[in-house]
Amino acid sequence: MVRDLTIGQYYPGDSLLHKTDPRVKIVLTLVFIFVIFFCKNFFSLGLMIAALLVGVFLSRVPLKMILKSMKAITFIIIITALLNLFYTTGGNVLVKYKFITITDTGVYTAIFVAVRILALIVGSTLLTYTTTPTMLTDAIEQLLKPLKVFHVPVHTLAMMMTLALRFIPTLIEEIDKIMNAQKARGADLESGGLLQRAKALVPILIPLFVSSFRRAYELAFAMECRCYTGGEGRTRMKQMKLKGLDSILIVGCAVLLGGVIALNLFFKTYNLG
Amino acid sequence: MEKIIEYKDVTFRYEGEDEAHILPLTINGVTLNLEKGSFVAVLGRNGSGKSTLAKLTNAIHLPESGQVLVEGLDTRDEKNTDLIRRKVGMVFQNPDNQIVATIVEDDVAFGPENLGIEPKEIRRRVDDALKAVGMYDFRLAEPHKLSGGQKQRVAIAGILAMQTDSIVLDEPTAMLDPIGRREVLSTVLRLNRERGITVLMITHFMEEAAQAERVIVLDKGKVFLDGSPRDVFTQSEALKRCGLDVPQATGLAKALADSGIKIKTDVLNEEECIDAILTAYKE
Ligand SMILES: Nc1ncnc2c1ncn2[C@@H]1O[C@H](COP(=O)(O)OP(=O)(O)OP(=O)(O)O)[C@@H](O)[C@H]1O
Ligand SMILES: [Mg+2]
Repeated sequence: MVRDLTIGQYYPGDSLLHKTDPRVKIVLTLVFIFVIFFCKNFFSLGLMIAALLVGVFLSRVPLKMILKSMKAITFIIIITALLNLFYTTGGNVLVKYKFITITDTGVYTAIFVAVRILALIVGSTLLTYTTTPTMLTDAIEQLLKPLKVFHVPVHTLAMMMTLALRFIPTLIEEIDKIMNAQKARGADLESGGLLQRAKALVPILIPLFVSSFRRAYELAFAMECRCYTGGEGRTRMKQMKLKGLDSILIVGCAVLLGGVIALNLFFKTYNLG
Repeated sequence: MEKIIEYKDVTFRYEGEDEAHILPLTINGVTLNLEKGSFVAVLGRNGSGKSTLAKLTNAIHLPESGQVLVEGLDTRDEKNTDLIRRKVGMVFQNPDNQIVATIVEDDVAFGPENLGIEPKEIRRRVDDALKAVGMYDFRLAEPHKLSGGQKQRVAIAGILAMQTDSIVLDEPTAMLDPIGRREVLSTVLRLNRERGITVLMITHFMEEAAQAERVIVLDKGKVFLDGSPRDVFTQSEALKRCGLDVPQATGLAKALADSGIKIKTDVLNEEECIDAILTAYKE
């Protein structure tokens, strides 16, 4: 079960989006998230959804994978939609039963919010599906480089991120092992009240800490043996260079942003919230 | 033959908890010359100082007295540390604790990236190294989804891509099943034969040591036996004294000889053992 865990959800491929500069992808994803929140009515949101679909098409990631990423948050979407459905006031009342009132604005808002969250999720998974974790952390390092002026250890932070991502599955496997070992010694992890169960975690966390430190120590040795001395003088196998493709994407997104503003203003009367 | 790693009367001890507790010498006067392009196996019981000896080769540990020279460079000179690590690569026992990146090819690229090599050349080296260990088809895989033997081969590729002249492996097969062990050992053997990479391999498996050109047995921080596998493994009494066994095939031949059968005892593997038994049988 643990082995199925995919970190960073990378989907290997050779599509246009895979080839896009990861820095551009990160910035554009942030812009996308911002613009999605900026959409005020179904027309502007529709434009963004259309753009998103183009993105999905360009990424060549199978729809099945995209749907999988949505599945994880179905619950959150339903809850948010329901809250909006019941708590939005104004508009024509559709249902009135005891303390429950549902208005048409409520229905619209609920759908609007649900679609919005879905778009956010799909947009950001598109980034992680098409970019390896190493590329992501490298790109973040590059983007944050200006902070070096303020003595922020940018490279170290990026390295920490890479190592954390790398060790998540290893540590999950380890927890699994320790839990089994403690159960074999008669530890009871499942019954009892909250406090008792929390206490039962101690014999799991302590070995985990000890072994993590041992791992860290060994890893540090291994990294030193491979001539790691920090960020100075390092090169990268995968270079990031802005290409024609990236500029097209950037321009495309700028046009989209303009489109959203125009649609927001033009269909002002349809704006929600 | 050209010397590539030299130990000159080396002693080493770990630092104790405080000044008052001085630990005994872990390496107690070792003098060794490793020849360029050779395949050397190091044996010895737990705590005999094998790992320590390995770590002395690339300046993780520095000798208390004596010298360790890597291609003529003294490890004690701090200026040499970086240079030495470009000449001697280390592979450790647990592959999980030496893989740095989340994608196989990115991990193999880690070493060359640290050396500041130009991107195109890194790409070339990474592909070459992955092909050499037979992991090219897995270049985009995530390390935690590989088997132990595959992970260890990725770790070896990571060192190979740095194009070091020698590789020191500290029990690289200790955590692997028989198939994984065979994968790793044959990879290392091939790299030694085809590319002339000097190999120093620590192991607890006699069958693995039997395939080396030279076997060094360490005991209590001293070189106890040193010679070709045939020379070393025929001294079963001496081996027993320092807590080691002979390869199964050798043991069988020896047991047969002890029970009065006239048989050749300097056999190292199954085939030689079968041959010896057949010859004895015919006579
Ligand atoms: N970090 C350390 N601090 C103090 N003593 C140590 C340290 N590492 C090893 N030792 C001691 O040094 C001696 C030799 O250790 P070393 O790890 O070299 O043995 P080894 O031959 O590799 O054993 P193994 O077969 O178990 O790997 C042991 O007695 C050990 O207790
Ligand atoms: Mg050891």
